[in-house]
Formats: sequence, C-alpha cells, structure tokens
Amino acid sequence: MSDPYRLTVNGEERAVEDAWLGESLLHVLRERLDLPGAKGGCEQGECGSCSVRVDGELVCACLVLAAGAVGSEITTVEGLQPERGDFTDVQQAFVDEGAVQCGFCTPGLVMAVHALLDEVPEPSEVEVREAISGNLCRCTGYGRVLAAVDAAVAVRRAGVPR
Amino acid sequence: MTDTTTTGVGTQAPGGVGRDAPRPDGGPKVRGEFAFSGDLWADGMVWGATLRSPHASARIRSIDTGPALDVPGVLAVVTADDLPGSKYYGLEHRDQPVFAWEVVRYAGEPIAAVAADHPETARRALKAIVVDYEVTTPLTDAEAALAAEPIHPDGNVFRHMWVRKGDPDARGPVVVEGTYEIGMQDQAFMGPEAGLAVPGDDGGVDLIVSTQWLHNDRDQIAECLGLPPERVRMTLGGVGGAFGGREDVSFQVHAALLAQVTGRPVKVVYSREESFLGHVHRHPASIWMRHSAEPDGTIVSFEARILLDGGAYRSSSYHVVANAACFAAGPYTTPNAVVEGIGVRTNNPPCGAMRGFGAVQVCFAHEAQMDKLADACAVDRIDIRLRNAMGTGDTLLTGQVVEGALPTAQVIRAAAALPLPSLDPPGPDADPLVLPGGAGLTATAGDVVRATGFAVGFKNLMYAEGYDDDSHAACRLEGGIATVTCAAAEVGQGFVTLAQQITREVLGVTDVLLAPAETSTIASAGSTSASRQTWMSGGAVEKAARAVRQQVVAHVAGLTGAAEADLRLRAGRVVAAAGPVTVDLALEDLAPAFEASVRFQHRPTFPLDADGQGDAHVSVACAAHRAVVDVDPDLGLVRVVAMATAQDVGRVLNPTAALGQIEGGIAQGVGLATMEEVVLVDGRPRNPSFTDYLIPTALDMPTVSVAWVEEPEPEAPFGAKGVGEPPVISSTPAVVAAVRAATGRDLVRVPMLPAAVAGVPSP
Repeated sequence: MSDPYRLTVNGEERAVEDAWLGESLLHVLRERLDLPGAKGGCEQGECGSCSVRVDGELVCACLVLAAGAVGSEITTVEGLQPERGDFTDVQQAFVDEGAVQCGFCTPGLVMAVHALLDEVPEPSEVEVREAISGNLCRCTGYGRVLAAVDAAVAVRRAGVPR
Repeated sequence: MTDTTTTGVGTQAPGGVGRDAPRPDGGPKVRGEFAFSGDLWADGMVWGATLRSPHASARIRSIDTGPALDVPGVLAVVTADDLPGSKYYGLEHRDQPVFAWEVVRYAGEPIAAVAADHPETARRALKAIVVDYEVTTPLTDAEAALAAEPIHPDGNVFRHMWVRKGDPDARGPVVVEGTYEIGMQDQAFMGPEAGLAVPGDDGGVDLIVSTQWLHNDRDQIAECLGLPPERVRMTLGGVGGAFGGREDVSFQVHAALLAQVTGRPVKVVYSREESFLGHVHRHPASIWMRHSAEPDGTIVSFEARILLDGGAYRSSSYHVVANAACFAAGPYTTPNAVVEGIGVRTNNPPCGAMRGFGAVQVCFAHEAQMDKLADACAVDRIDIRLRNAMGTGDTLLTGQVVEGALPTAQVIRAAAALPLPSLDPPGPDADPLVLPGGAGLTATAGDVVRATGFAVGFKNLMYAEGYDDDSHAACRLEGGIATVTCAAAEVGQGFVTLAQQITREVLGVTDVLLAPAETSTIASAGSTSASRQTWMSGGAVEKAARAVRQQVVAHVAGLTGAAEADLRLRAGRVVAAAGPVTVDLALEDLAPAFEASVRFQHRPTFPLDADGQGDAHVSVACAAHRAVVDVDPDLGLVRVVAMATAQDVGRVLNPTAALGQIEGGIAQGVGLATMEEVVLVDGRPRNPSFTDYLIPTALDMPTVSVAWVEEPEPEAPFGAKGVGEPPVISSTPAVVAAVRAATGRDLVRVPMLPAAVAGVPSP
C-alpha cells in the first residue's frame, strides 16, 4: 500500500488512503472516492467512457496514474456546474435530442463535448466528429449526439443563460 | 410523424404514444448518476475474477488451486467441484459447463473463479492457479465439424434442417449463384459484463446484474446452485448495451457461487478482453445461393446452403439456424425453394444472439444475388426488387401466409425516393478527415470513387416455432400517479420510456413511476431480444393499464351514475365525453387504489415440419437501405458517406427513440461491412480489445436519412413493430453493393478488408 496522498477533485481535496500505488485515476475515482460517473469500458484509452479533465485537458482516466495526478485539478462529470437548473447546456441537449440510450458512454461524451465547446464555440460538423471520435458509442450511431452538440451550440449562440 | 389520434385511445395525454417523450433515465445518465451494474458497492464487498483456458481444445489433467489460496487477500477459489447443483448451464439447452473440469472446448472457457480483497489481488491469484492441460488439436473448421469426431457428448451438429417449398426441380432460364462469407461480429456493448452478488440470510442469493432476461438467468443460476428459483433474487442493474450479447449467462453463476462460499458480497467487472471472451458472438457463416428467374427478373427458384459456426456450445444456435433458413431468400416472393440450414459445434468461441439473429448473414448473401440477377436479366436493381417484393398475403419460404403488414415495395420506393447526395467524389480541397482512411495522408482526393448500393432485408419479430412466449406487467393507480411493474430488461433501447408513454396514453395521467425490474415482484417479461419487448411487454403494460382504466371507469360510473361508455380519462381527470351526464373528477380524489396484474401473449406459433413448413412466425418487418460510399480503389479504403433508409415500423411510438434505434443499427451494419471481425487463429481470438477490434467512430458514420413506412400491424399493440433489428440487416449489403459498384470487384466476404477492396490476392 502507498502512503496516503491527496487529490483535488471537483474543487475538493480528497484523501486517498490504503491504496495500491499502481491504481489508475479511474479506479481511485470510482472505487475509493465514490465518483462512479466516469466509466471503465476498455482500460486502454480506446473508448473514452472514462473521460475526465485534468488541469482542463480531456484525458482517459484509465490511462492516468492516480498518484500522478496529485497537485492537478481533476474534474469529473459529477463536477460539472450548471449555470442554472439541474443540467449544463450540453447535458440538457443530450436529454432533449435523444443522444442517450444505454448511457454508458454518455458521461464521457458530455465531458468531451464540454471540452470541445470550451475551445471551439462554433465547431464545424467535421470538427465535432473528430472531437468525439475518441468516444465510442455502440447504441446511437452518433446521429443524435451530433444533434445534441448542434443544439448546445445554438443555445450558446442565442446567449440564453445556461 | 405519427397521427396520434388514431394510434392512441383518445386521452391525448402529454408524453403519450406517438410523440417524443423524455427518457426517465436520461437525466441521471447525463449527470453520471445512473447506477450501472459495475457501479455497485456493498459493505464488506470483495472482487471476483475468472480463470479462463488459453487453449481452444485440451484435456484437463489436474487443477491445483492451493497456490492461489495462499495469496494474501484471497478469500476463496472455486471450480466445478464446488457447484452444489448442475455443472451445466445454457440459454436454451444446458450443454455448457459453468467451469470446465475435464475438457476445454474453447479459448476463454472458465476453469475457476477467485474472490479477493482487490481486483489486482484477484488477478494475481488467477495466475497462481496451476492447471495441467493436455493440449489437443482444435476443431476450428465448420465444414470439417460435420464429419469430425464429436467434441461434445451432444455431437457436433446443433441443427440440420431443410426448408422445401414448391417444385424442387423448377428452373428459370436465367441462373446466378455465389458463395458468401460473413465474419464473426461482436456485440461490443460499451459496458462490460458486471454485477454484484450478495449472500442472503436464507441461504439464497441476491444478484444485481446487467442482463437481457432476468428470469431465465435466475432459473439457470438456481439450477447450478441447487436452490429453488425463488431463493435466487435478481434485480436489473444498469445495462450498458446488450445487442444479444447478454442473453446468455456469463459471470452470474460464478459470482453467486463465490458469494455463497465467502459469505460476502462479490462484485465482478469484466475487462474488455474478458468481455470478448465471456459472451457469445454473431455466427460466422458460409452461404451458397443459387437463384433462377424468368428473363424479366421474376424469381422462379431459390436454393441455398447455409453453414453457421456455432462454436463450442449451443446457446441459441438452434434458432439462429432456423431464422437464417426461413428468411434466406429475403422479402421476395419465391415459389420454389430448397434451403439447407446447418449449425455446427466447433472449438471456436460460442456464438449466439446478436441483433439480426441469422437474418444478417443471409441478407448479405441474398442481396448480392439480387444484384447479380438484375445484371444478368439487364433489369434495374431496384426494379427487380420491386418486381419480386413480398407483401401481405404472400407466402414465406415456410409456406406461411403473411397475414400482417409487410410493405416491402413501399420501403423500397421510399428509400429510393430519399434525396441523393452529390455523386461527385470529394474535391482536391476536401478535408482529409472525410476521405477514406481519414487524415493520415492516405487516400488522395483525386483517386476517390463515389458510388451507391441498395439492399433490402426482413426478419421475424418475436420468438418462433411454437415457443409459449409471454410477458407480465402490473399497474397501480393511486392518488393520480401510476406505478408500472415489469421485469423487461431496459438495455438502452428505451422500453422504460415506452412503458410510461403507454401508461400515460391509456390512463391520461402525467406521472408514471417504474418499479425496479426484478424477479421477486413479478413474473417474467421474457427476453429483451427478437424485437419483442415493444410488442410483448408494451402489450402487457397496455393490458394492465387498460384493466386499471376499466376499474376506474366502473368505480366512477357507480359513484356518479354516469354510463361507463361515456367516461374518458383525460389530463388526470375522469370526464364525460358527451351526453347529459356531467362528470369531472380528478383521479387523485378517488379514494381507492386501482391495481391490475396481467399476462400478455401473442397468438400461438407452431413448429416447422420436416420440410421446414409451418406457421412458425408471428410477424415480420422489413427495411431498405441505400448507401453512398467513397472508395480509394488502389488502397482499398472505404468511407460510408450517406445512408438513406425506409423502414416498416407499423407505427412510430416515439420518433426520436425510433430514429436512434435506426441510426445505431446502421452503425453496426456499417461496422460489419467495413471493419468488425473477431479474428481467430487456431480458435483463439487475436483481437479482443478496442485497439484491434474496431467499431465505427463518429468519423466513420455516414449521415442518415430516414423515411418511416407506417402500415399498422393488426395484432400488435398500437400497431407498432419492434424497430431495433431491421436497421442492422440490410445496411451491411447496401454498403458492400456500393463498394462493388465503385471497384467492380465481387467482394463476397464481410468485413471487406482493404486487400479485398483493392483486389490484392490473399497470401
């Protein structure tokens, strides 16, 4: 077991104790910090279900050593802050546009779309497809996901508070 | 969009049948709060893991679990010797060992399971188990399996059947034939197998798992644990997709046994590699077909031999063979036919249910044949399909008359009429990301050829051949709020939404709560497969809600003296529709709770006779797809640009949800056409990962345009057909037809690998 260490997750300092040093950030988030929003779909960075942000950068939590994220700001889907209501604009668009089926890829896709729109507020369709191409979805064929991104962009363009 | 006043029962309920309604689980899913079966946690929980054979065929001389028990943190190691009940399980026939103890029949077969305090401890313990194998030569060739020594006491043939219709010697003057191959596709649902088994105080066990059929799992687990079924209590955990791959039991017995042995809650979460090894796949197939026709393209005769590799254990192979044979000719009227359907046992990984269930394989073959036949007759490829299109009143190969809706000609016309994108290939300034092969400086814009392909397919809905299928549901109305109980597995398809829509529609209420899907509160809903839950469990929910509605109406008639026939449930109130009676009662003001529990069945089906004839099927649904592809013929790279589809849906109950099913099905069809295959070497999967088993990304997916063909199915609730399977059936051959048109090559195998598309001979 490793010495205790602390992670900054969703703005909070969280202690990680009695952990094995080789544990991935995904394992620590899910099994030690009670944050199961990031999902384990492949354990090798191919599916994007575990997408979280580390110091703003979108990463696969399964490929990051938890102990290596000490000192970084980690944001998970549980840490997304709606400007009003229960959902961010991206989350609301996913619900409204039918982008959710089984939902296993959904938290990762929501994180990826937020990361995209933070960088590129009005992405082209190809930019959207590329940005989410690291997030595999087996249910939707991505059609409603693309519609959700369009809807979220439209909401932001209209300047409606989110 | 749907005219709801004719599909519904007149309540005009918001969020009712025929219009979009939000998923009840949508909010929790986008917030990461929805509990998938791998997200569960319990006090004192330990981790289960499975030891699997690396060999496809071996005898087991000995298994020494002692070294694993010595690993600190290990609580238990179990093998076949520890099973209190049956050592075998199976979806339809119990021929598969829970743990192999004498003979290994496929690479990945479970040998033992471990419970430990940490998943890494469990993995280390698996490595410490010593299994002495005598490795034998695996039987990996399906054709050879027919004559080979049996590799299982039940023999090597799961089913060998014939479908004979009309005159076997009839021939038309134009003849085309071909042999086609379909690779092994994986369901590749995103959420790997996972669940939690908790020992019960009564010696039983509680399981919260991802599955497609709770009650069938329960019965198999109970048999293996030697328990009465009611002491195995199953609850549906959040399911991360299924597509057929969760119809068979995977870790359920292992986890339940470990929970019983350790007295601790046991959590199992498969890795992606273990998921590939731990569930059945789509049957690889080798299919020969020969059509003959009149010069105008009218089909005279059809012959086929369909060989499906079922792998080591039976799973649902018996019925996959029947589906492939019964629907082998596609939705085309075929007066004379001889079809041989064979499913064999090999030392390859077991195959079973996957979306499309036998119809996918034969559709790839019959659609290639239809194009060949059109060309041989010099008839347009769409016209030849229209000329032979099967409709209501025509007979299937089984001699069964199609009594319900089958608008094959309509779907063909509707798909063909959808706007066609530009047929100019991408210009020199095109974004490399949209070229075949993507941005890696692969295809050159000037070399890309754009072409189109068209395909049509159909498949039965629901179980067949005399299976006594049913679903159960209960509905309770109290204080103006309805609660529905049904054990139907929600796997992502949206049954939970539909159950609410149907209940709102019938009872005219807004608030519909869904009780957990579990085995202890209600009888079976049957499997979430075969496009059956909209009809079966949708029908059960409707029947239960209508029974409650009748109770309400009778109660209010008694209270007010109004005639029952005049009363309507609308917007949370009971109102008189017309006439002198004035009734306007809020449902929440009615003191009693109204409650009904029902069983729903479709009309009976019957077994096939020795010639494959009989009324074996309940209903069929068809679809047509038109693919537009870009191909680099030199490099063999393909990008599917656009897909247009028309689908026979009966009635659209939720347009956005139906669209999502269609787009998702097309993704799996595009995947089978262009990239998806579990590659086997000596029976061993070579690519059990998402690094090596590719599924379409957002960049691989075409734009999709959809036309609904709404011809209500007379016997189906609200006239609706299940929509999940047709999109995956004819999308694959449409893509391949387009690539054939672009390259001029035969392309008789899917997935089409670049070498085949480029015409490079195989090594």
